[in-house]
Amino acid sequence: MAPILEIQSLFKNYGSTEILKDINITIEPGDFLVLVGPSGCGKSTLLNCIAGLEPITGGSLHIGGKDMTHVSPKDRDIAMVFQSYALYPTMSVAKNITFGMKVRGVDAATQDRKLAEVANQLQIEPLLQRRPGQLSGGQRQRVAMGRALVRDPKLFLFDEPLSNLDAKLRVEMRSEIKKLHQTLGATMVYVTHDQIEAMTLATKIVVMKGGVIQQIGTPAEIYNTPANLFVADFMGSPAMNLIPAKVMQNGGGARIEISRGQGGPIVLHDPKAEGLPEDVILGLRPEDIAEAGFRAGEGVQEAECLVDMVEPAGADTYVVSELGGKQITARMHAETSASAGSSLTFAFDLNKVSYFAPETGDRLN
Amino acid sequence: MMADLSLNQSASQANFGKIALRWLLYALLGLFALYYLLPLFVMVTTSLKSLEEIRTGSLVALPREVTFDAWKTAWSGACTGIQCEGLRPYFWNSVLLAVPAVFLSTLIGALNGYVVAQWKFKGANLIFSLMLFGCFIPFQVVLLPMARMLGLMGIAGTIPGLIFVHVIYGIGFTTLFFRNYYVTIPSELVKAAKVDGANFFRIFWSIFLPLSLPIIVVTVIWQFTQIWNDFLFGVSFSQAGTQPITVALNNIVNSTTGVKEYNVDMAAAIIAALPTLFVYVVAGKYFIRGLTAGSVKG
Repeated sequence: MAPILEIQSLFKNYGSTEILKDINITIEPGDFLVLVGPSGCGKSTLLNCIAGLEPITGGSLHIGGKDMTHVSPKDRDIAMVFQSYALYPTMSVAKNITFGMKVRGVDAATQDRKLAEVANQLQIEPLLQRRPGQLSGGQRQRVAMGRALVRDPKLFLFDEPLSNLDAKLRVEMRSEIKKLHQTLGATMVYVTHDQIEAMTLATKIVVMKGGVIQQIGTPAEIYNTPANLFVADFMGSPAMNLIPAKVMQNGGGARIEISRGQGGPIVLHDPKAEGLPEDVILGLRPEDIAEAGFRAGEGVQEAECLVDMVEPAGADTYVVSELGGKQITARMHAETSASAGSSLTFAFDLNKVSYFAPETGDRLN
Repeated sequence: MMADLSLNQSASQANFGKIALRWLLYALLGLFALYYLLPLFVMVTTSLKSLEEIRTGSLVALPREVTFDAWKTAWSGACTGIQCEGLRPYFWNSVLLAVPAVFLSTLIGALNGYVVAQWKFKGANLIFSLMLFGCFIPFQVVLLPMARMLGLMGIAGTIPGLIFVHVIYGIGFTTLFFRNYYVTIPSELVKAAKVDGANFFRIFWSIFLPLSLPIIVVTVIWQFTQIWNDFLFGVSFSQAGTQPITVALNNIVNSTTGVKEYNVDMAAAIIAALPTLFVYVVAGKYFIRGLTAGSVKG
């Protein structure tokens, strides 16, 4: 089947400022694509370009196999959910949901049937006669989704739809959106600055920075093999530990030296580091550093480090130490014996280690 | 004990001071109110007196004998130059002039404001600034060019001509009002409606106009007062038969010969002012609400 959305070398300028540079994305039917990045990275602009709300400066955009580069939003067969919900304030919930159909001249019977379907699906039947002003944030969110669902479009666009909700509701709505995606099998593009939202929802993540795509991949790919330092640092919480290290080549493998606050450097062995330049940045997720004795197997190596801080977080305890002049965080089990000021033997699991070039930030392995 | 007493004393002193200040405030406000109401009082009482009583009595005295003769004369008998039909025909001229002019300038202002606030195009800000500039041009400056314009358009001296002038000069203010109201409406509303398939006018009609009641009231009051009370355009661009009420009022007051009929003048002035008063009384509370409406999130 043809891809639902195909963006080819899209550029977007405001005056002489380049907002988006050479964007290439392909979305297959049923994909849940999340555009993620810090604020100002151009992700919302890209979404507006897909919707046709912003004209693009260069490149092309196909939806459902048809060239939509210069087609107006209403003819792109899309539906969009906005951050501020953008419900029409003077219309009842029912009218908000049916407005699009009314504008397009859909007959009243079909409107009623589709409204009933969507209201049932989102469980908003009791709200249909209310005005948006009389609804809570979560209810408004549902109505906004209803307005998109009722259109049954080729492509759903979400522009940070959860960022105006409180933390608990956000998690609830998040799983509801995920459920919706699974039951509908719909194709969605979702913009967020929240990397957890991106990880939990996406089948495919696009990480952006400064108008440039940094990496496209499945959540696992993005998480386990980040393409550069930016992606490594941005995705995951707490962030990946990025430790400056020296690689010494010695025949059958490489020695990695990491300076330590006290005592000599830590020395780790990793055959994957063979052939790397001398200066690297070693990236290791907090969960790949454990307390000695709790992680074993090939690639796990131990070294003693001074504990600077212990942060219990319920299910886990984060243990902070200093390596290579950087604070590093290790994710340990809740009953760890670590205590601030004393030293502890850490187990480094190098199976999922990443190496980056310090100058370019690019991934080396 | 001593300390307690003095504390009490100073507390009651402060209390006394507060009350005195309050009374002073009320007295001052009352005085201002009187000062403002006195002319109206004189107008109303004088209009209800007979000429005889005006000559003999004091200006601020209540009428000994209430008579509505002066009101009748002002409405349908007073002379404006050679015609003696009172204010009635001119009152209708003003209505025929003000109603369409208010309607059109409000509608155009709403559309302009909608475009300038929500459909930004290149140069939108410049055009808006130029329109604002139009608000501050003294009307005397445009009299001659406008007279030439009206002549060329063939509507000089007619009520449609006056409507045209008032609509043109109202657009600056009405655009400003609507623009400032519409910038507070999130632009995502327009985007959502575009995705829903609505076009420019549909979005205006179905989404923006229903939201606009407070600002429509403000604009209507403002425009109605301006247009109804206008004298300069009225006297410059009208001819016998198309003059608005303000011009007629001037003619009644200034063209009498012999005895000056103060009671008729006063009654005529009140009649001329009544519609604007009426509009304020009916819609005044919306006026205040509308002026501050944009600042509060809906």
